[in-house]
Amino acid sequence: MSSSWSITASANPPRAAFLDYPLGHTAGQPNELAQQIEIATAALQLVETATEPGQIHVLPHQWPTPWKAKARELSDKRSERFDTPQYERADDERAAAAT
Amino acid sequence: MPLEPPLGLDIVDHIQQTRDSYAQLGYDSYRWAHEPESAAFVRPAKPLAEATVALVASGGVYQAGQVAFHHKDDTSYRRIPTDVATADLRTSHFAYDMTDARVDPNVVFPIDALRAMVDAGTIGSLTTHALTFMGGIYSQRRLTEELIPELSKEIAAMEPDVVLLVPV
Repeated sequence: MSSSWSITASANPPRAAFLDYPLGHTAGQPNELAQQIEIATAALQLVETATEPGQIHVLPHQWPTPWKAKARELSDKRSERFDTPQYERADDERAAAAT
Repeated sequence: MPLEPPLGLDIVDHIQQTRDSYAQLGYDSYRWAHEPESAAFVRPAKPLAEATVALVASGGVYQAGQVAFHHKDDTSYRRIPTDVATADLRTSHFAYDMTDARVDPNVVFPIDALRAMVDAGTIGSLTTHALTFMGGIYSQRRLTEELIPELSKEIAAMEPDVVLLVPV
């Protein structure tokens, strides 16, 4: 699965399904299980239907709102890179320490 | 040359964007992995409906109770049981907007979709564990020497018929 055509084309996997969504949604929209199933099914069906390596199958899904102009803005969107674990929730850190 | 997108598909070119962004910041250009030849094209030994599928995802997913990823070329990985409660899935990644992934981790780790596909008979089964790591590892040497051999070993030990890679 891929939401980045250029990176996937460069890495050149044997089979790929391209979903033209903003980064962070390679497998579909949140809380849209039916759509997530469609996407995963389409990707996995390439195991049987792809006939030659290196092709990228384009999925028909369109993100519901305009997003590309913002995605193309040249700003460094990365957060600071710490070398300590970055937990989503404070509870997780306690749970990890306990196990 | 890498495969060009079909006419009419207006992609956001993340490689070009990184080049432009680094140039603007005065950084040296990042050398993206480029494979002129596609990896081996293996035809399935059995129908998808009988296949065991392994999920491998790079969106920084961990399970509550596991150590989260750190953000400096973390080459570790997590084994997540495929019967995990979706509510116990978390994300930790420095390079994408995790807002939606934290609402529904299935957007980068489609475990509910895969479980539904097993129930529906679209795929045969899932491996006991999915494997996750945090992409955005800038050192290709560390990736190929540290992470990839470990992941390959784990995947081979679970003997899947198909591996579904979900990068971010």
